[in-house]
Amino acid sequence: MKVKVISRSTDEHTKERSQDLQRVFHNYDPAIRPQEKAVEYVRALNAAKLDKIFAKPFVGAMDGHIDAISCMAKNMNHLVGIFSGSMDGDIRHWDIASRRTVHQFPGHQGAVRGLAVSTDGRVLVSCGTDCSVRLWAVPISTAMELDVSSDKSVEPLETYVWKNAFRSVDHQWNFDRFATGGAGVDIWNHNRSAPEQSLEWGTDTVISVRFNPGQPDLLATSASDRSIALYDLRMGKPTAKLIMATKTNSICWNPMEPFNFTAANEDCNCYSFDSRKLNAATCVHKDHVSAVMDIDYSPTGREFVTGSYDRTVRIFQYNGGHSREIYHTKRMQRVFCVKFSCDASYVISGSDDTNLRLWKAKASEQLGVLLPREKKRHEYHEAVKNRYKHLPEVKRIVRHRHLPKPIYKATGLRRTMIEAERRREEKRKAHSAPGSITSKPLRQRRIVRVEE
Amino acid sequence: MEDQTRLNSPCSRYLKRKESIRYCCPRLDFTPSGRYMMVGGHKGHLAIVDMKQMSLIKEFQVRETVRDVVFLHDETMFAAAQKKYPYIYNRDGTELHCLKEHGAALRLRYLEQHRLLASINEYGQLHYQDVTDGRMIGSYRTGFGRTDVMQVNRHNALLALGHSGGKVTMWSPTSSSAVIEMLCHKGPISAIAFHPTNRDLMATSGKEKKVKLWDMRNLKGPLQTLPGQAETLDFSQKGLLARGTGSFLQVLRDSSGTQKYEKYMTHPLVKGYQIEKVLFRPYEDVLCIGHSMGWSSILIPGSGNPNFDTWVANPFETPKQRREREVHSLLDKLPPETIMFDPTKIGTVKPPRKEKPTKEEKEAELEAALEVAKDIVPKKKTKGRSKPSKMKKKKQEIIANAKRPFLEQQMKEDEQMARKKQKGMEQVELPTSLQRFARKKVTI
Repeated sequence: MKVKVISRSTDEHTKERSQDLQRVFHNYDPAIRPQEKAVEYVRALNAAKLDKIFAKPFVGAMDGHIDAISCMAKNMNHLVGIFSGSMDGDIRHWDIASRRTVHQFPGHQGAVRGLAVSTDGRVLVSCGTDCSVRLWAVPISTAMELDVSSDKSVEPLETYVWKNAFRSVDHQWNFDRFATGGAGVDIWNHNRSAPEQSLEWGTDTVISVRFNPGQPDLLATSASDRSIALYDLRMGKPTAKLIMATKTNSICWNPMEPFNFTAANEDCNCYSFDSRKLNAATCVHKDHVSAVMDIDYSPTGREFVTGSYDRTVRIFQYNGGHSREIYHTKRMQRVFCVKFSCDASYVISGSDDTNLRLWKAKASEQLGVLLPREKKRHEYHEAVKNRYKHLPEVKRIVRHRHLPKPIYKATGLRRTMIEAERRREEKRKAHSAPGSITSKPLRQRRIVRVEE
Repeated sequence: MEDQTRLNSPCSRYLKRKESIRYCCPRLDFTPSGRYMMVGGHKGHLAIVDMKQMSLIKEFQVRETVRDVVFLHDETMFAAAQKKYPYIYNRDGTELHCLKEHGAALRLRYLEQHRLLASINEYGQLHYQDVTDGRMIGSYRTGFGRTDVMQVNRHNALLALGHSGGKVTMWSPTSSSAVIEMLCHKGPISAIAFHPTNRDLMATSGKEKKVKLWDMRNLKGPLQTLPGQAETLDFSQKGLLARGTGSFLQVLRDSSGTQKYEKYMTHPLVKGYQIEKVLFRPYEDVLCIGHSMGWSSILIPGSGNPNFDTWVANPFETPKQRREREVHSLLDKLPPETIMFDPTKIGTVKPPRKEKPTKEEKEAELEAALEVAKDIVPKKKTKGRSKPSKMKKKKQEIIANAKRPFLEQQMKEDEQMARKKQKGMEQVELPTSLQRFARKKVTI
């Protein structure tokens, strides 16, 4: 009598020689894996904890400057290099991989206040408090040609002296012009020794200047009369002006959504605006406890990094009200400039203590080449953590960051003050005729008026 | 390919040589991959058998009554419920631990994903112990007396106990009373079994000679009642139900998939052999029977799952894979708080509370507030300022303050009700031509 039962041959299921691959059999039936939600929850918890264990964001510091670093510029064509200018006129080109100075650009007599690189990566523009604008040829050298003892100083291509000290410079995307901010906005060409155009609205100093990546003729500036002005070069005049309650230190356009820009303000917040409709901010990014000095967007357009006077560097989501990450060190003092690297994996900060610091954008990221199995494991951890990140135990671990004591206390103090103000406002409303007191949302509250 | 019915007494040679200890009524347990089987005879004989090669890994005598045996995470460790306490042994027969807190355990069960060893002892006390760090998670008195029917539901890790009153209770290590109590049978429960893949199916048998199948979602009545007694019940991976009494074994199957079980196979043992335990072997079409003369294994076509997953349970596991699996599964160890009746609720949102608290809830809140207020003792003041009359007044003031928010709320609601009623009444009083002059709501 023939009886049909399960029969498995051992040969099929075990390997013959030690260099054979082990055969793997799959049965994807969920019924043989009970309690999948509990297992996933435990894995989410473990993933959150592992994330924290491997969170070592500081990669290294680049030191060489002898005075505070006031500005930085990144070359869009060369991933591993960055330019930095300091308060004593020293401009250096760094190789981030080896964290050493590659070239130096001596020449400025006073502080270097602005640096910009042209889009084709050939010309570096610098401006400073000695009323001069200098153009330098960016030397192209690979790491193999680097010689420690070779002469690293470069002579400037051009030096243009003008009437007033400059506060910032930015190069137009894909074209030959650059703009400086000083007494007004001056538009220069590489070959002319005087600005082609001078734009101005009001009589206050222009603190920062930024060209729009999507529309190369559009320009955003911030001035010391607490305003943000948008200029159009084709028309040769300003298009709109937005006056806020406090001064904006820096602006950055979103590279993926070029109609949006984010302004780093003195009142510890960053405000994201849609340039087409300036009467209300689209998002307010709160978390710093002191003035925000600089802001830079990641090339993905989904995150930006800010450096602030409170000695911390924070990374925000483009639409997030609070920061995703905070970086701080005892040795890092006031952060004056930050840059996001062009591959969106590193953040470079330049601070008062004469050092440039290199940080990872994702603190627990594994650097280097990953095996496919490691990559899969990382992706799984991310996914399972995101699925359960609303549960209190997982949320607590994911959210937790160690803050330096002064920042922790200052945050608590700010919270108390804002709460007190809000309570007082509510009581005023409750005790007055309904509808007589209207409160504006925070996105509009800090805007005084919009002109034109 | 295995032969037909075969009587296996791997240690018969050993026994005949040494002493004439009867290898009687063994308890059986399989590792999840079905490769290794643990045999624990009532007279104290313990053996680990490699079922693939039918070889004996280790056998030894503990010279004490052994009431139950169970594998821990894999074949390297097992627990045996001996006369006074359960002991944990190594694969080589070395005694690792003596678990004194459990007492004289009657049945042992191991919850794999939570790494908990559960035992029920002769006084009806349930103990849960974490075998990774040795902590006793819970010790509970069931309150139902002595029972030796215990089974684990692998889907939610609840422990089901069958009691002599016909009740089946399900326990979790985080609660001191049963999670579920069901009255299943008119007589004492003799066996319980859970379907390994279908989350809702449970089979119970009572001493009044009935076997009932239950759907756990609808605990009102059984799905099916089958006549016949069952000292032991087991479900196979494909849903076949084996029932053994005396020397008679029957296997039932629902061929149509509608959970209506019918007779599939019967297997009468030699008369005089008493069946102690039936256990289906995972991933094979084999049923192992422990009876008073040893243990047998028989073929039941269609009972095992032919497809195994290498990362879940692998009958062809190499030592390297075993080591890796051990570490990975330790990382995935579930905390005992995740044991609940419906484990799919983890990570879901609790439904929101109703807006208005009911009268009872309001009264309860008032009571609670009053209790707190009564407990407050006002500070004693010096220089004659804390006279008894003043203290009394102060206390009354505190209690009145505690009551005030509730009374204010009550007054507000009463006022609103009164106003609504008044408006309603007004509309009714006026004649129809004057309705439009009825007082409307005044808005400021």
